Amino acid sequence: MLTISHADPRPMYLQLMEQIRRRIAVGDWQPGQEIPSIRALAAATKVSVITVKRAYLELEREGVLVTRQGRGTFVASNVELGRDLRRRELDEHLEAAARIAREIGIETQELADRLREIAERNEEKAK
Amino acid sequence: MTDRLLELEGVRKSYRFFTLRDIDLRLEAGQVMGLVGPNGAGKSTTIRIAMGLTAQERGSVRLLGRTMPQDQAAAKRDVAFVSDDVGLYSYATVGWHMRWVASIFPSWDARYAEALTKRLNLHEAQRVKGLSRGERVKLLLLLALARRPRVLVLDEPTAGLDPVARHEVLAELMSVIEDERRGILFSSHNTQDVEQISDCITFIDRGAIVESSDKETFLDRWRRLHLVAPTCAALPALPGVIDSRARVSSPSRP
Repeated sequence: MLTISHADPRPMYLQLMEQIRRRIAVGDWQPGQEIPSIRALAAATKVSVITVKRAYLELEREGVLVTRQGRGTFVASNVELGRDLRRRELDEHLEAAARIAREIGIETQELADRLREIAERNEEKAK
Repeated sequence: MTDRLLELEGVRKSYRFFTLRDIDLRLEAGQVMGLVGPNGAGKSTTIRIAMGLTAQERGSVRLLGRTMPQDQAAAKRDVAFVSDDVGLYSYATVGWHMRWVASIFPSWDARYAEALTKRLNLHEAQRVKGLSRGERVKLLLLLALARRPRVLVLDEPTAGLDPVARHEVLAELMSVIEDERRGILFSSHNTQDVEQISDCITFIDRGAIVESSDKETFLDRWRRLHLVAPTCAALPALPGVIDSRARVSSPSRP
C-alpha cells in the first residue's frame, strides 16, 4: 500500500514516485505488469487525481512506466529496471551516510572501514 | 451530457459589510475543487450561491447545465450538499434519516448506505442528539453519498473532526472521484486537506478570487521563498533559486 506522509516535507508527487519505484524495485510490480489506474490509485492513497497523474507522467518520462492509450499504465518491460532502481536507492543511502559522517566529523576512511566491518558482520550472520 | 458540472460567471452579491464580486468558477467532471481562504472571505456565500440557496445579484450560475437559482429543483436531484446548516432532527435516529432521504431520492443506494454505516462506525438505532460533532458530519456525508449524486458540495466538511474521522471523510470523498463523471466542490480552511485531495484550488480573500488554478501549478508557484537581501549579498546555492532582485542602478558613490 502506498502512503503519503505529511511529516515528509517533499511534495506529494515526489513521495508517490519514490514509492512506486520501490514497489518495482522489490518486485511487487513486475516489468510489463499493469498497475492501478490513476483514479484507482488516487482513491487508494487519498491523494488528488492530478497529483497521481503528475507522478505517473514523470515516471513515464524517466522510462519507468509506459502508458498505452486506452489500455492502461504498465511497468516498463526493461528487465534491468529493477537493478537500476536498487542501485539508485543504494546511492541515495550512501550519500546520506557520507553527509551524516561529515556532519559528525567522521573521515571518509573511517566511514569506509565501518562499512567494511558491517558488511563482514552481515556475511558472518548469513553463514 | 455536459462535462462541466458547475459554472459561475461574474457572480456578485453584496451585503451591508461585505461584497462578493467577479466570482468565476468552473468545476469539470472528475475533479475535486478546494475553496480556501480565511474566515469571512466569502467561501460559504459562494457555495450557497452555487447551490441556489442565496440568489446572486449579477452574473450567472449553472449547475449540471441548469440555471440557478431558477431551476434548482431539477438540478438538485443529482447534487448533494453537506453543511452545518443542513438540518438533522435531534430526536430521530440515524436509520430514520436514512429512510427519509431514501424516500425522497430514487437514486438512493441502500446497500452502499449500509456499507457506509459500517465503515463510518454509525449505528441505525442511534439518536442524532447523542452523536458527537464528528458523527453528525459522518451522518450528513452518508446521507449525501448514498444518493450517489454527480456533484457533491461540502462546506467545511472536516472542521472540528479528530484525525481519524478526518481521514475517513477524505477517504470517502476520494472514492467518489473514482467515477470520472462525478465532481466535488468543498471549502476548508485546513490547507492540508485541500492540498491533499484537490485537483484545483480556488483561493478567495475579501470577497474576490485571488487565484484559481490546478493544484500542481498552484503549489509550484506559491511555495516560493522570498529573501530580502542587500544588493551586494550573494544568494546561497539552493536548488530552484532564481535571483529576481530588481536591477536598480545604484547611485554613484563619492
